[in-house]
Amino acid sequence: MADIAAPSSIATMGDRRSSLHKLMQRKSTIAFLMALPLILLILILVAYPAGYAVYLATLNKGMTRFVGFGNFEFLFGRDTFWLVVYQSCLFAITAVIFKAIIGFVVAHFVHNIPSKGQRKWRGMLLVPWVIPPAMSTLAWLWLFDPSYSAINYLLAPLGIDRIPWTGEAGWARFSVILVNVWIGAPFFMIMYLAALKSVPDQLYEAAAIDGATWWQRIWYVTLPMMRNIIAITALFSLIVTFANFDIVRVLTAGGPLNSTHIFGTWAFRVGIEGGDIPLGASVSLFMVPILAVAAAFILRDITKRGSEV
Amino acid sequence: MASRKVGRRRFVAGTAALSTAMVAAPFVRGAYAAGKLSLGLWDHWVPGANKTSEALIKEWAAKEKVDVTIDYITSQGNKLLLTTAAESQAKSGHDVLAFSTWLPARYADQLVSMNDIMEPLIKENGAVNGTVEYLGKVGGKWLAVPATIGSQLKGPCSRIDMLKQHAGIDIQAMYPVGGPPKAENWNLDTFMKAAEACHKAGATFGIGLGNTSDSVDTAGAIFHSFGAQLVNAKGDITVKSDNVRKALDYYKRLMSFLPDDAPAWDDASNNKWLVSGKGALIMNPPSAWAVAKRDAPKVAEQCWSHGFPAGPAGRFGPFLPFFWGTWTFSKNQSAAKSLMVFLSQKSAAEQLVAASGGYDLPAFANFTTFKTWAEEGPPTGTLYHYPNPYNHQTLSIAAAPAPHKIAEQIYTQAIQTQMVVRHFKGEAMDRTLDWAAKEIEGFSRN
Repeated sequence: MADIAAPSSIATMGDRRSSLHKLMQRKSTIAFLMALPLILLILILVAYPAGYAVYLATLNKGMTRFVGFGNFEFLFGRDTFWLVVYQSCLFAITAVIFKAIIGFVVAHFVHNIPSKGQRKWRGMLLVPWVIPPAMSTLAWLWLFDPSYSAINYLLAPLGIDRIPWTGEAGWARFSVILVNVWIGAPFFMIMYLAALKSVPDQLYEAAAIDGATWWQRIWYVTLPMMRNIIAITALFSLIVTFANFDIVRVLTAGGPLNSTHIFGTWAFRVGIEGGDIPLGASVSLFMVPILAVAAAFILRDITKRGSEV
Repeated sequence: MASRKVGRRRFVAGTAALSTAMVAAPFVRGAYAAGKLSLGLWDHWVPGANKTSEALIKEWAAKEKVDVTIDYITSQGNKLLLTTAAESQAKSGHDVLAFSTWLPARYADQLVSMNDIMEPLIKENGAVNGTVEYLGKVGGKWLAVPATIGSQLKGPCSRIDMLKQHAGIDIQAMYPVGGPPKAENWNLDTFMKAAEACHKAGATFGIGLGNTSDSVDTAGAIFHSFGAQLVNAKGDITVKSDNVRKALDYYKRLMSFLPDDAPAWDDASNNKWLVSGKGALIMNPPSAWAVAKRDAPKVAEQCWSHGFPAGPAGRFGPFLPFFWGTWTFSKNQSAAKSLMVFLSQKSAAEQLVAASGGYDLPAFANFTTFKTWAEEGPPTGTLYHYPNPYNHQTLSIAAAPAPHKIAEQIYTQAIQTQMVVRHFKGEAMDRTLDWAAKEIEGFSRN
């Protein structure tokens, strides 16, 4: 950002005062001061807890001595930990793929609705995303209730046997992913819709003149034009989904037999409920390198394409 | 504005004069001469119960001239647990805090010794049960005082009509009002037969096998009934013992008569099971009955709280005490102790029990025969045996007598219910035991 000096109407004042005034008049200084409350908030609410979590992860169970990477070494030897790693990856990757597919399809449907009624649909489709997840998950909990599931009640007349939505490992994993997709797909939809609206019509017209089919238009026009937004949305969603807590906590609390625990819920179980805070901190920090690697790859790709353009 | 320079000499002279004036000032006994006291108490689920504790505390505060503030902290969403963890980390917080079951031992190094008040209280009110001593006293130091508010016994709550009709058991005759239990034949074999009969009749026992407290407590009591310890008091892993095998075998047979979805049950599931009128028995304190009284009075009229069935190693009932404790960084420890003594008096305990509709359970031996338990109903006397008035069963906690840091992990990670479900689902006994041993090995780290 270029710094611009203020008109020197105060040239007659002392040097120190004048330079302070100049400093205050600089755009960069004003920008910094305006961003300062946010920077302070981030330092207090993000940087400090993150640093403190790193510090906790280096302590022993009794938090009395420094053990370096001892907690991570311990975790690597635990079967339950690897089960949690597997489940977190399964949960996040599956959910993001489905959210992306559903978001993409629905965005196309909405894009094709005449603009007059489109607003209404956009609003309605965003509802799952704007309701606080803990609240909507509670509604899902009742729908999946082990003994009184409303979904099972509706399926019964169709001759479908009672489904143990949260009682069997496979179904429980399916249920938590389903709820995550239900909550998160509207975010993809709205991002993709915005991207679709920015694709110039001329490109489709040119493709049509060249005799491109519907699929070819998607493959050669829409997808390349949306690539960056798809990558950023997927990255953002992957981070948020990996760090999920509320859906699993409310729906299954990690059960049955630990089969739905993800990093966040298991860290809570071990650290807060079980009283081993350093180990809980280590579990929650384990996802940082995974997400950092994913972010580096995706962002590198975006930068590369940006420079190509 | 005119400014006046304060020199070093003037500053020192001024400070000295002010200090002298403050030291020489006469002591004035004000309304809150004994200082301030902040309390973090468990937010009771029974409407009106908080008001009774508040009134008692205010009565004490007025007498002792203490300025008291009370925060009722819910355990919903682990709020109380998180508050405790935060206060421990921050080394700042309430002067008196409610500590749930395992927390006094977890924060042992940060809690003030209560030996000076517990010893006289035991002399006055009678002994506390072994579980309270195991959880509240470590290395000869009482870490906290057993609290009446929130302490509970998760024994069976049965349907009188269903047990009579389907299993031929007259539970009221077995546990009569005003008299000792006649429950010599109420053992795990009878229990299994009753579970099978009721299951066949469509009145399945509502016992969960999830990873929450209600499921773990029942499993813990049944394991104790077989003398099955996963870790002994010295910290040795004893998972691969005959008694553990017997307990697992028993549970595997029992589980075939429990609801199919028992592994997914949480602490609300058994309440819903009873209130729906589906089940002949659940394991719960009287909260489920109290909800039934409000929402399904016909069901409530048929409920009877009673003792656990006996196993080869004895009769064990799962007891979950709450404690009141004081941090070492608390600013008003003497007032905190004075309040705890006041709340542990018979009259205070009796009022608290009455306010909770009989749910709260004092830990002292002389406090198990309050009239609330004899008079509550319908049916009248349904809670008479809830406080274990004849010491008919040993009050226990799952994972005891393991060292606390291991036991707490066994409890919170629901190792016992997980073992049961794994074995029931077809995993070989030895594999289940190997799995449990490996998990527990991890809990033993320092």
